[in-house]
Amino acid sequence: MAKLILLLLKCILLCGTVYAVFEDQVGKFDWRQQYVGKVRFCHFDAHMQSSKKVLLATESNVFAALNTRTGEVLWRHVDKTGPEGNIDAFLQNGQDAVLVVGNGRFLRSWETNIGGLNWEAVLDSGSFQSACLIGQQGTVKNVAVLKKTAISLHYLSNGHQKWIENLPDSDTVDYQTVYSGGNSEVYVLGVVPHSHIAIVAFSGDDGEILQQSSVEAPWLSSIPESCQMVDQDLLICVDSTTMSLYTLDLKLQLQLNQIPLQSLELEVDPDFRPSLVSHQPNPAKQPRSEFFLQLAPDHYVLLQFNNGQLVVLRDFKPALLVSFATTGEKTVAAVMSPKNKTASSINLFNAETGRRLLDTTLIFTMDPNGGKPEKLNVQAFLKKDDSVGYRVMVQTKDHTLTFLQQPGRVLWTREEALSDVLTMEMVDLPLTGTQAELEGEFGKKTAIQDGLMSMVFKRLSSQLILLQAWVAHLWKLFYDARKPRSQVKNDISMENLSRDEFNLQKMMVMVTASGKLFGIDSKTGGILWKHYLENIPSNAAFKLMVQRTTAHFPHPPQCTLLIKDKDTGLASLHVFNPIYGKMSHVSPPALPQPILQSLMLPFMDQDYAKVLLLIDDQYKVSAFPSTKYVLQQLQEMASSIFFFLVDSNQGRLSGYRLRTDLSTEQIWEVALPTETQKIVSVKGKKPNEHVHSQGRVMGDRSVLYKYLNPNLLAVVTESTDLHQERSFVGIILIDGVTGRIIHEAVQRKARGPVHVVHSENWVVYEYWSTKSRRNEFSVIELYEGMELYNSTAFSSLDRPLVPQVLQQSYIFPSSISTMEATLTEKGITSRHLLIGLPSGGILSLPKMFLDPRRPEMASEQSREENLIPYAPELMIRTEWFVNYNQTVSRVRGIYTAPSGLESTCLVVAYGLDIYHTRVYPSKQFDVLKDDYDYMLISSVLLALFFATMISKRLAEVKLLNRAWR
Amino acid sequence: MSACLYRDSYQRVFLCCFKDLSVNDGLETEFNGFSVPLEHSFEVDDVAKFQLRGSLVLKTGREPSVSLNQNQLSEEDRTKLKEVAAVDGLYRIRVPRVFLQADKQTEWQTDGHLTAFVRACAMVESHLSDVITLHTDVSGYLIAVSIVTFPGACRGTEVEDEVDLEVFNTTLSIMAPVNAPGPETALFIQRMEQEFEKKGKNPQEQKSFFAKYWMYIVPLVLFLMMSGAQDQSGGGGGGGGNGGGR
Repeated sequence: MAKLILLLLKCILLCGTVYAVFEDQVGKFDWRQQYVGKVRFCHFDAHMQSSKKVLLATESNVFAALNTRTGEVLWRHVDKTGPEGNIDAFLQNGQDAVLVVGNGRFLRSWETNIGGLNWEAVLDSGSFQSACLIGQQGTVKNVAVLKKTAISLHYLSNGHQKWIENLPDSDTVDYQTVYSGGNSEVYVLGVVPHSHIAIVAFSGDDGEILQQSSVEAPWLSSIPESCQMVDQDLLICVDSTTMSLYTLDLKLQLQLNQIPLQSLELEVDPDFRPSLVSHQPNPAKQPRSEFFLQLAPDHYVLLQFNNGQLVVLRDFKPALLVSFATTGEKTVAAVMSPKNKTASSINLFNAETGRRLLDTTLIFTMDPNGGKPEKLNVQAFLKKDDSVGYRVMVQTKDHTLTFLQQPGRVLWTREEALSDVLTMEMVDLPLTGTQAELEGEFGKKTAIQDGLMSMVFKRLSSQLILLQAWVAHLWKLFYDARKPRSQVKNDISMENLSRDEFNLQKMMVMVTASGKLFGIDSKTGGILWKHYLENIPSNAAFKLMVQRTTAHFPHPPQCTLLIKDKDTGLASLHVFNPIYGKMSHVSPPALPQPILQSLMLPFMDQDYAKVLLLIDDQYKVSAFPSTKYVLQQLQEMASSIFFFLVDSNQGRLSGYRLRTDLSTEQIWEVALPTETQKIVSVKGKKPNEHVHSQGRVMGDRSVLYKYLNPNLLAVVTESTDLHQERSFVGIILIDGVTGRIIHEAVQRKARGPVHVVHSENWVVYEYWSTKSRRNEFSVIELYEGMELYNSTAFSSLDRPLVPQVLQQSYIFPSSISTMEATLTEKGITSRHLLIGLPSGGILSLPKMFLDPRRPEMASEQSREENLIPYAPELMIRTEWFVNYNQTVSRVRGIYTAPSGLESTCLVVAYGLDIYHTRVYPSKQFDVLKDDYDYMLISSVLLALFFATMISKRLAEVKLLNRAWR
Repeated sequence: MSACLYRDSYQRVFLCCFKDLSVNDGLETEFNGFSVPLEHSFEVDDVAKFQLRGSLVLKTGREPSVSLNQNQLSEEDRTKLKEVAAVDGLYRIRVPRVFLQADKQTEWQTDGHLTAFVRACAMVESHLSDVITLHTDVSGYLIAVSIVTFPGACRGTEVEDEVDLEVFNTTLSIMAPVNAPGPETALFIQRMEQEFEKKGKNPQEQKSFFAKYWMYIVPLVLFLMMSGAQDQSGGGGGGGGNGGGR
């Protein structure tokens, strides 16, 4: 045991790079933003007048409460991803929120104040249809859950099942809605499409069927889409073909009563499916007798049932959105109507009379870079004078939540699109205006022709500008120093956006699934710009590329986003400035053909934009930008431009070479039989990666050269046979230019998901071992051997020797969500692997532990090399978590970018949350410590200086004295 | 040895299985093998036009092996190859996709080819010494072919002697995927056990920390105690000065 401890100690000493943050550094270099996702259900906590909470259930399977004053998350519950955690229904009763989760699998009740779970009930399987609260004599005691074949009633207090009843004729009738109007009867409504409505009334006490009938309704196909409950157990439906409203009294159940819309002098917009909006403020009471009928996308009518008569209360046109809200005994209708292009006004109307309430106008200014409003959630409250006041939360198409109060003050906005970041890039910030001025002065070629005098003047003027900037800076420092520290705002705005000394602050360009692009300042996490791309297909794949960095002043930086519809393959380009988010004036080419592959070439056009090549399904290549200069360059370089295509459906990898006429020719082909394995991922190396050291110095002072092939691809395959004895994970290292297989290995009795990192001369992958039932890491390293084949340049076409391959595997005690390697400016710093764990931690695992040269037994030479003796298990040490207690939910990706400091790597982890931090894989070897004693050093220096002065003087006096002697 | 190869107009290759029973020193060894064509193409205009270069004889089974029967380059081809090398064209080879397990190859219909290339100049400058590797997957499918020349570089040296370009000097091999190692727990545990045993044999090691270093610890403790006592006894008189120093 002692030996083991000693070994451990040795490990710790050897690895040396202990990583942790100090307590006072928390939040200094890192930030986290928590999101909830696109809102599906929203309820304002109304059981208390002074409540400051809004409860949200989202499409990301998150149930959360937000503070309505600040927009911050009060508490949040993140369920499983996928259909298992899908929130089907959200009912609120007082302090309790009842959720139906996982297609009716779970019924959960949450306490909304602190977000604690009251109870959870597992329901019988069956596809979920509808749920509602059942009230009796003014109090709500039960919840009904309607499944395809059965209905069950549960107590709200403990979740226990009160009764469960099978539904009659459930094989022919499609039961869709459950309703209770406050008396103990529970109505289940089903439909036989285009035939009739089936109505079953259950007794709320014991589940006895009280009544069962069917009513002819040949025009009806779906109840939730076209019907609503209003007034006293009245079902009201709208049909667009007959242009009528139908009413049905559930108690009497005689027949549908048809009311033609013409009799109400209403007309439905052609091609529009009218819909109804009704309101039941209290589940223990009847729904309101007022309801909205939508006749056109921007046309609503408020209708009322008055003693069996349908009355039009008010016509709203144009109206974008409507919503009901109740506070106390008052029910109001909120209507949003467009005012002009950028603003809409929201007004409250008395629901009973349709009269507009005075002083209730609220102006909602639409973000020109945002989406259209999609849903209106109104929080109404009674003011002191008993009039109704309100706040609204507007959901827009770009998944933004905006919370407003009168007369249009935005209390907060939340960009929920950021809960689903697909890809991102970090772009250097531009130089400051003055720096740019200097650059501009000497950067222009025309300057030389201007002559001497004008050059001198230019010089002087730019120096003057610099001086001015410096004085302004000093003044600001002086001004800020007098203020208390907490008041000093270091807000980042577009104006003062500039690169810092060490390039630690960058612009994060994030692309989200909703099609909204964000520019986020990496220092504070503040959103600096946003841009919503409309008409993005729901299954779009994005690829973000930086065509021009900020280094080429006065040319603005340029990013290109390739948006590709996964089904059709059709793509479009969005070209924009990553610093300001503005669309570039450069018009992207139209892409009529489906795009197979895109690649960025390392050479630039005359405006310093890297050339992007797009290969369409005819294997024709188009370039962007496609100026004459670029085409000429392409022709010259054509024979050295190779690209590869992967068709994972057919298991085919093929290589192509560009021809001078921008057509292509196939030059190699590798085909994996799809019967046995399928390609799951293909990973190349990062183009911006630098490797500082060509080799590794061994214990005996010889050098083992790395095999650094920039064209190497790691292809991962998984077996189609999933039997635990026969399943395998294949890893093929293939040269992307020649198609030559460098190494082919198979991990038997292993299964995906496989996570791969490919960098330098190594590939690390993680898989699930079906034999040992655990997660394992494997590392492959490639070495050329003791001498380089051609040390001056690497060419895939001229590397006849096969590299040495070393491989080792380790046990990892946790499953992982994603994996990435750190990246630094020059590649001197040792590498770490950043591993996103499902627990929300981000682990920084030194690559040193994943080294196939770790020896079985420590020898003199291996100690010389700092190799850690092999241990089969990789440990998770808590100080390796870079995000300490800042859990990042559902990490989907980790992005790493080098900073201006060699020791520092910028890390962004994104998933449901976004987390940014800096990591120092080899500690901050190039930075003085925070507590570095400048005073001591300078005082010692000064003291020494004076001491030399004095001693010099003394020596002189002494010499003089000696000379006199 | 016999191999038969037919080709119909639909580019289909029928592979005929043959059995060769050779009696060798009374031991009967049976092996299954079949042959597939190895084709090459080198054209000045770089439009692939594959011609037969030779036939690969594949021996299937647990340890597949491969041998190659190939023709010499004709006079015409030699000049063409040099021409192609002069314009930096490509020399391509291809083999059909086949399955190397014994049971399936009768009349196995190929659904495509595996291709690879090398620069024609490298082919010329290396005097047709190439290394062809066939890669198979776990189940024995041929998944890739690769070709490199040795030396691989194109230095622009002229190959004067036509004889050098007559005969292929081919090194041929077949590669199956290697089994990636799993975590070596058994070895590690064994090593740990060995170390424990070693420790058991050496009683010196087993002594506790105190038992080992008592000779240093006891005087140190004694010294500390003594100095502490002195401190306390002298506390009344010189306490002020002493305390200030500490």
